Amino acid sequence: MLQTSQTASRRHAVVSETRHLLFTVTPGAAWIILFLVLPSLYLMAVAFMTNGPYGLPQLPLSLSSFEQLAGVGFLGWSPGNLYTLLRSLWQTVVATGLVVLVAYPIAYYITTCRARWRPIMLLLVVVPSWTNQVIRTFGWMNLLAPGTPLSNLAEMMGLISPNMGLYPSNFAVTLGLVYNFLPFMVLPLYAAFEKLDTAQVEAAQDLYAKPVRAFWHAVFPQTLPGLLAGVVLVAIPAFGMYVIPELLGGGKAMMLGNLVATQFSGGSNWPLGAAGAILMLIATFIGLFAMRRIGKRLGGGEEVVI
Amino acid sequence: MTDLTNTVKATDRADGADTASKDKRGASSIRMQGLRKQFGRDSVALAGVDLDIDAGEFFTLLGPSGCGKTTLLRILAGLEEADDGQLKIGGKDVIDVPPHRRSVNTVFQSYALFPHLSVRDNLAFGLRMRGEPAAERNRKVAEVAEFIKLGSLVERRVDQLSGGQKQRIALARALVCEPDVLLLDEPLSALDAGLRGQLQVELQRLQKRLGVTFVFVTHDQDEAMVMSDRIAVLDSGIIQQVGTPSEIYEHPANAFVARFMGHDNLFAITASDSNWVDTGLGRLQLDPAEQRDTPDGWLLIRPETLELGGDVPADYNRLEGTVEERLYRGSRIEYRLTVNDHPLTAVAGNLGQRIHDVGDRVTIGICPEDLVRVAA
Repeated sequence: MLQTSQTASRRHAVVSETRHLLFTVTPGAAWIILFLVLPSLYLMAVAFMTNGPYGLPQLPLSLSSFEQLAGVGFLGWSPGNLYTLLRSLWQTVVATGLVVLVAYPIAYYITTCRARWRPIMLLLVVVPSWTNQVIRTFGWMNLLAPGTPLSNLAEMMGLISPNMGLYPSNFAVTLGLVYNFLPFMVLPLYAAFEKLDTAQVEAAQDLYAKPVRAFWHAVFPQTLPGLLAGVVLVAIPAFGMYVIPELLGGGKAMMLGNLVATQFSGGSNWPLGAAGAILMLIATFIGLFAMRRIGKRLGGGEEVVI
Repeated sequence: MTDLTNTVKATDRADGADTASKDKRGASSIRMQGLRKQFGRDSVALAGVDLDIDAGEFFTLLGPSGCGKTTLLRILAGLEEADDGQLKIGGKDVIDVPPHRRSVNTVFQSYALFPHLSVRDNLAFGLRMRGEPAAERNRKVAEVAEFIKLGSLVERRVDQLSGGQKQRIALARALVCEPDVLLLDEPLSALDAGLRGQLQVELQRLQKRLGVTFVFVTHDQDEAMVMSDRIAVLDSGIIQQVGTPSEIYEHPANAFVARFMGHDNLFAITASDSNWVDTGLGRLQLDPAEQRDTPDGWLLIRPETLELGGDVPADYNRLEGTVEERLYRGSRIEYRLTVNDHPLTAVAGNLGQRIHDVGDRVTIGICPEDLVRVAA
């Protein structure tokens, strides 16, 4: 009698636990399946279909969109898309590098400020990103357009040809990317700097390290997790960036994101767009994988990138 | 917890002659003249410090927090610049020498170990920055790791160590560079009492064995007395007294030093003659050696010199008091008395004699030679 009631209560416990699990996991799982897994599968399916009369995908399945992406058209091979890919990679690398160079001193400077000023300084870094990205990019267009003081200055210094303006250009795109992604680098770097015990810098100097070597051997390695997290936060969205090259590049500095977007809107070639999106995804994963490897090596075997 | 002292002894025995030559390091004397340091407009950290520390001495800078002892240590390390004054280490003027070119190493209060490096790389850091060849470096690191009995931990990361282990690594990281002067900034303050007591003895023996000049900073007068050859007591950026532990404890130069060394029984002197003083306790006979020209200052009565109850010898001062509180401390018993409405503390060794109860009237005998006059 006692035993049966025990078994019953245990069975009841198992059932309620299962039900609990079902209730907690289902919404999240449904969300991911509905908005991530299914669209991704659809995207992949589209990439392997043929382009129809109005740019819509249709059967039969083929690799024609990937061939187009590689630059093979009915007029033979053209390097346009390859250039776009390389330009995307180049812009990402340059912009990320510049963001690191600008954000590092900013983050360090904020940690040296008085404790009560730090939240305000961080707020100042973040506040611009509360405005719409498109509006801010239009702001840069106005600042860099021909005839503006900045453009005139560049012209006087002989950096650009007369009446060309700093916008539209690759330079404007890089500038826009750096400006846009700066907070994403400053915040993780600041977190890394704040954890640092300043006595360690002194310990390094006490142990015969010149200031530069003290920085390189005692400070820099400890900010590496923050730095790599920042690089991931900046490089991945920058690689797929659409708005900034569209507005500041003036069609001359197209990146992969623009190529993909064009296929789904004006150009109307969904399979080609889907293939481009998959290429971006693959490139991103390769980049993340490389970052993890680098992080692991530099971090002495520790996981330093998400 | 392994015992550093045992290691020292064992190594001594194992290769006596070799060790002696290997461990004789070039200890340096330190000479400070008129060192001044001010932070901001009105925060004076050091108000002109003159101090000579002998080569191979265990010297302690003792004082309350904010007295300037850490600032002085940081100036010795080169981590802080003095506003004014001279500093010579080993006879050489080093006031303008940056920290990385001084043969001085520091054990930091927070240890300041590098969390991104293994124990081995922490230990090797100084040698590496100094550009010693890898083979030499590895030999020295292995030696010092063995010496502090943490040889098995060299591959660990620093955050996997206990407080006591970190303390040893910080000490070894500084010592492996074979400095002429080792600076220690309250290195034991983060440890629990038992471990601290043990490390105090170990550090002292280590210093005697290596012969390196140690400059030790602490706010704990017991720690200072146990370990040091000489102590400098600092307050408000001024050196109050320099002397051996017994000089400072038994003959404090002024009321601040006396209070800081833990003396409660200080009584203002209202009048004095060649061999007596008047205080709130009454008129007390003094040793003629304690005679001063001026009547002011304080009379110091060390609690352990008071004899309670029983017969008082004829040449002793005799007082009567009431026991207000009794603190039983095992090895000794502390009595809080009142004499003529003035509080007086007495400490008696627990030798099996009669224990006085609260409320008892007791006679108090004071030998005139145990009374010390202290400047204001």
